[in-house]
Amino acid sequence: MTSDQQAILDIRGLTVRLPARADRGNAIENVSFSVLPHEILCVVGESGSGKSVTAHTVMGLLPPKQLTATAGQVLLQGDDLLKKTPGEMRALRGARMSMIFQEPMTALNPLMSIGDQIEEILQIHTQMSAAESHGRMIEVMEAVKLPEPERLIHSYPHQISGGQRQRVMIAGALALEPILLIADEPTTALDVTTQAQILKLIKDIQRTHGTAVLFITHDFGVVAEIADRVVVMQHGLVVEQGEAKNVLTNPQHPYTRMLISSVPSMTPPKRPDTAAAPVVLETQALCKTYADRSLFRAARETRAAHNVDLTVRRGETLGVVGESGSGKSTLARCIVRLIDPTGGQILIDGHDIAGLSERRLRENRRLVQIIFQDPYRSLNPRRTVKASIIEGPMNFGVSKAEALTRASDLMTLVGLDPDALDRFPHQFSGGQRQRICIARALAMNPEVLIADEAVSALDVSVQAQVLELLDDVRKRFNLAILFITHDLRVAAQICDRIAVMYKGEIVEHGKAAEVFGTPSHDYTQALFNAAPGRDFEFGNFASA
Amino acid sequence: MSAITDWAGADLRGKIAGLRRSMLARHPTMAFGGAMLIFMIFCAVLAPWLFTGDPITFNPINRLKSPGDSFWFGTDMFGRDIYSRTIYGTRISLVIGLSAALLSVAFGLVIGLAAGYVRILDAILMRIMDGLMAIPGILLAIALVSLSGASLLTVTIAITIPEIPRVVRLVRAIVLTVREEPYVEAAVAAGTRLHLILIRHILPNTIPPLIVQASYVCASAMLNEALLGFLGVGTPPEIPSWGNIMAEGRTYFQLAPWIIFFPGAALALTVLGVNVLGDGLRDTLDPRIAKKM
Repeated sequence: MTSDQQAILDIRGLTVRLPARADRGNAIENVSFSVLPHEILCVVGESGSGKSVTAHTVMGLLPPKQLTATAGQVLLQGDDLLKKTPGEMRALRGARMSMIFQEPMTALNPLMSIGDQIEEILQIHTQMSAAESHGRMIEVMEAVKLPEPERLIHSYPHQISGGQRQRVMIAGALALEPILLIADEPTTALDVTTQAQILKLIKDIQRTHGTAVLFITHDFGVVAEIADRVVVMQHGLVVEQGEAKNVLTNPQHPYTRMLISSVPSMTPPKRPDTAAAPVVLETQALCKTYADRSLFRAARETRAAHNVDLTVRRGETLGVVGESGSGKSTLARCIVRLIDPTGGQILIDGHDIAGLSERRLRENRRLVQIIFQDPYRSLNPRRTVKASIIEGPMNFGVSKAEALTRASDLMTLVGLDPDALDRFPHQFSGGQRQRICIARALAMNPEVLIADEAVSALDVSVQAQVLELLDDVRKRFNLAILFITHDLRVAAQICDRIAVMYKGEIVEHGKAAEVFGTPSHDYTQALFNAAPGRDFEFGNFASA
Repeated sequence: MSAITDWAGADLRGKIAGLRRSMLARHPTMAFGGAMLIFMIFCAVLAPWLFTGDPITFNPINRLKSPGDSFWFGTDMFGRDIYSRTIYGTRISLVIGLSAALLSVAFGLVIGLAAGYVRILDAILMRIMDGLMAIPGILLAIALVSLSGASLLTVTIAITIPEIPRVVRLVRAIVLTVREEPYVEAAVAAGTRLHLILIRHILPNTIPPLIVQASYVCASAMLNEALLGFLGVGTPPEIPSWGNIMAEGRTYFQLAPWIIFFPGAALALTVLGVNVLGDGLRDTLDPRIAKKM
């Protein structure tokens, strides 16, 4: 790439002000970078880094009156977008630059057929005849490898898969051959195998059409997979930018070093053998079938979990990995008995709890505790942290004074100030709330801890700390942990053994090192091959 | 996050403080509604001391006097002072409006919580509510009053019952959403008993929407009370209510329009006040709308 080549997009000293009363003055401050022709530029950063605000500013999609660009220039081939009228921006959007979003289900209109949505773009911006625009529509749908375009144009968004929806979004974005494609976390809501296909598609399109791509992500695996150059943002500032290879292998800024060091490795570390420890949790042929009964037709059955056999020993972490819909959350909720299994046994210390009535079950509730994915919904917003933590023990007759002492000990243990017990959940960050949830679970003195995607909603640096805490409490209390995740990197780092779930069944099961080293089942192999940046070993720069 | 969990996320204490601060500045109509309601309560409580005379005893010498110095709102065909009767009528309207709101919310809350959380009860309770909703409210009220005889209590009950199903539906919808929240599931996993889960974790989420719903029930109960009074099946004639004052004045409308005008205006203003108060509360308590203001 030569330096005299004119940039497609050139952002210079861009500052966007936040409304008064926000936690900082500017959403982004003095941001400068450029996207050259024929390249994929990744903007990477954690939540609140201002990466999405930057993209929305370029597209002119900032919410009016709340966020305003106060300084700088956004040049699209030398044209300052900040000086455009809304009408001029409207003509540009879709035609010369277009955007794809994170959630293709909400980005598409559910009441319009796929074909109408793509055709709309052509009709607004061009004078094409109906036949011409139909031809072009089929052409772009073929370009994004959508199967049977002629049939698909009559489908509605809910009738096609998530990956296909994102392909439709990309087809719409490419319909007018824009010079710049902005992708705002386009694969975050997708399964890992689908993600791999979409990333490949974006790469192919960039290569064949020469579109410049501004790709926003929080995932360094994705960066390693597709980026030509990288811009790293933190708290609204650009802290580092450069060639992808250089930034990933030799990061300069301490924040970048910390971020890259926090990315879990795909190679499981050596872990002590736990085969001799007593079994705490065992499921035998556990089944959960949802029956959709109707008066006028035969019942439709969905097997969410089928014949699941697994064991977790004391002091050991069993990882259950799989994509969405594989039944891994159903499994977790059955074991905690939030839903009733339709068959099989759940043995806790050898006692079956699968069929216990609610009253008998209550005595056993203490033994299995669960940590959920969404830290913002896991704690009752109207109750103090203290009330949330002591609720469980007090259900089992622990006196309030005793429960309080234990609560403040646990707060220290999870790395929070015991004085914070009187605060409400909204006064804590996501990572802190997840620590509170761990303290709440530990307050029950459980034998089994189930972490249902417990770190999936957290930023990578926070995720590393919470994982460390989980591993620490496992050792300290000799807990059996069932760790449910879709993230193979996380699973590799924390699990002793791995069970891979696919369509409600466990298809492969073994020691973490073995499963990662030599996956035997076809699905496991496909899953591992799809992991973004799998060939890239992220260095540890923490000590450097 | 869904709309209903947004309600849940609101820190109630902060909300109330914010409500007080922003009420006048952002919701002048809501301040008007509140002032109207406070004024009505003032009239009702202090009725005997607000320069009123006897609202009940006939006084044929003064019959059908037009509004003037001695009778501000005029007199009716029996010579009773319309001003005194209107002020005393405030009591009936307010008592019925407020108790209908309170009772329908109380019953609706209990039934709604049960229907929303206990699956077996759901089908039964909701079919009863559907049945109640299929009968026009005012007909049901007339039937209930005719069955049990007119008194303040029976009129209140008759007006309250048709309002309950709507409250139940509202509460049930919220419970169905909130019971799926992870913090409720965490409480279940911690062995919390059913009644504590309902009271601690689910009930608080229903309060903001219920306050709004209560204001609407209050306004519609006042109207229904006046309607029942006007139809002659409301509170007994010896207790002056806006409805029965208007009913009695109906035949003299062309001769003495003030008999209908003053209680009618009082009713309209009160209902307007309660309604705008309810709208304002909804805007303030529901963040989806509050943000757009």
